[in-house]
Amino acid sequence: MIDEEFSTELLGNHPYLSHRDSIDWLTVESPPEKLFQFLQSLRDLHGFDILIDLTAIDHGEEHENRFSTVVHLYSLVHRGYMRVHSVCSDNDNPAMPSAAEIYPAANWHEREAYDMFGIKFTDHPNLKRILMWDDYPYFPLRKEFPLAGIDTPLPAADVAEVTDATVEPAPMMGGPFVSSGSGPMSDSEPRAKDESWTEEMEKGT
Amino acid sequence: MSTTKEISIGDIASRGSEAVSKIEGDKMALNVGPSHPTTHGVLRLIMELDGDLINKCEPVLGYLHRGDEKIAENMTYNQFVPYTDRLDYLAPLANNVAYALTVEKLANLVVPARCQAIRVLVCEMARISSHLLGMGVFGMDAGAWTPFMYTFTEREKLYTLFEELTGARFTTSFTRIGGVARDVPDGWLGRVENFVDDLPKAISEVEKLLTRNRIFLDRTEGIGEISKEDALAYGLTGPNLRASGVDLDLRKDNPYSGYEQYDFDVPIGTRGDCYDRYLVRIEEVHQSIRIIKQVIKNFPSGAWYAEDAKKIFAPPKEKILSSMEELIQNFMIVTEGPQIPSGEVYFEAENPKGALGFYIVSKGGGVPYRMKIRAPSFCNLSILEKLAPGHFLSDITVILGSLDFVMGECDR
Repeated sequence: MIDEEFSTELLGNHPYLSHRDSIDWLTVESPPEKLFQFLQSLRDLHGFDILIDLTAIDHGEEHENRFSTVVHLYSLVHRGYMRVHSVCSDNDNPAMPSAAEIYPAANWHEREAYDMFGIKFTDHPNLKRILMWDDYPYFPLRKEFPLAGIDTPLPAADVAEVTDATVEPAPMMGGPFVSSGSGPMSDSEPRAKDESWTEEMEKGT
Repeated sequence: MSTTKEISIGDIASRGSEAVSKIEGDKMALNVGPSHPTTHGVLRLIMELDGDLINKCEPVLGYLHRGDEKIAENMTYNQFVPYTDRLDYLAPLANNVAYALTVEKLANLVVPARCQAIRVLVCEMARISSHLLGMGVFGMDAGAWTPFMYTFTEREKLYTLFEELTGARFTTSFTRIGGVARDVPDGWLGRVENFVDDLPKAISEVEKLLTRNRIFLDRTEGIGEISKEDALAYGLTGPNLRASGVDLDLRKDNPYSGYEQYDFDVPIGTRGDCYDRYLVRIEEVHQSIRIIKQVIKNFPSGAWYAEDAKKIFAPPKEKILSSMEELIQNFMIVTEGPQIPSGEVYFEAENPKGALGFYIVSKGGGVPYRMKIRAPSFCNLSILEKLAPGHFLSDITVILGSLDFVMGECDR
């Protein structure tokens, strides 16, 4: 059981950890330099066999420490989950130690976090993009990246040469109906993202 | 408006050769996909072959990436429900339920017993439909055409039932945060019961064609063996993990939506090969039938949505049209979204393909700040780099078929 006793003992054994309040599972924060060591002991000593999920959060450009990673682990012994937060100290070149050596499952999750947020996982065996193509220049899940996307060169240079085509931003005319989630209701209610043009009226006319 | 250009496609057609040219000696590089029937969607494999043996296999993903997580940050919780249909599009109802349960967990909201029963019922029907397709195409991957026809016939009956309940065959969008879209129609439960009564007969037809079939056994037994340790290390979940002998079923271990009331067994494999994965799925269909019969037998009466969640669930249409308070409630939920407290939550449900998880960070209000979708197919496929080497090229079709993945969910 992952209970009060377990969490006190865990925090006692690893004094660098700090506890975070959470509504569901035991949540701790580990400094990045201790993360590898901590995950190793979680697997070998505390029975957390499965790395369920690894992802990152962008707290916004105005935030002091912009990026953090979240690991979710599952234990067959305790039949429960645990969550480990780690905050990247450098906002311009966010980095985190790779857990792929301990949990091979982390390999693809870390590639995805790199692909979407630009967090470099040090000592990762094969850190390259996984969902976007290799030469893609942006990190799409960062908060400043627009929902519609940005005009980008085609992944295949030979096709681009013949067709002059680029990867264009998605047309937002007439939908999708998106919400900002903040501000006065006149701004926050769902509305078409771009109302500056319609099917009758072309963009820029 | 639109313009037409003439292009020569000769050079373009020979693309993909960049990956092929690097290998020296007797080795050969083979590119499979992203558009190839073996890969069940748009998975691309770059393989290095030594004769017929696979030396290296590198999966390339992302051909179906639609940025679901980015989209989720831009819309209210209810608006995202249709996007969950398009994750594992072979079991959309199960995705709807997993998503709704996650948000409800964050809001600390428990739905009434009738709503829970409806959700369990549709989840298990989705599991049957997904496994029917999975087994059918698996047989086809191994060279058996006929079982596919039997499973597809049964699946069609299920889709008729889905259509009657939700109004759509595939993109069901059935759940809302705090309830479901509508109550079950009159007589529908009886039709579901008739269907599950007849289903074992159809399954046994498929079993007669496959389970002791010499060719099928030769193609699947001992092929694609995943040890218990590997399955855990690579984060496999669902039938693929259980086929390797790990007893992990979230419906038993972390029961949700009232699964603890129902009596069912969790089939476990011994060897972890393709054949075990097939057997586990067959048995899971039988267990799902058991659950469905229990749900229908004790179908609770009462409300089918959370009546006290005034800031989360929009009331049914007839109430909106006749009462001022409900009209305002509906207006607020549509414009601002269901009001969910701030915090973070992780929840996963036992979906047909494995554990589908949602991690939501909320700063309050109607829109999530960050949503991560933990897709079982994504994790299940990551073992391919380790699993494929040492097998023959012809085994790849069987291994992919037995892993039963969906690219819509994998690429998100």
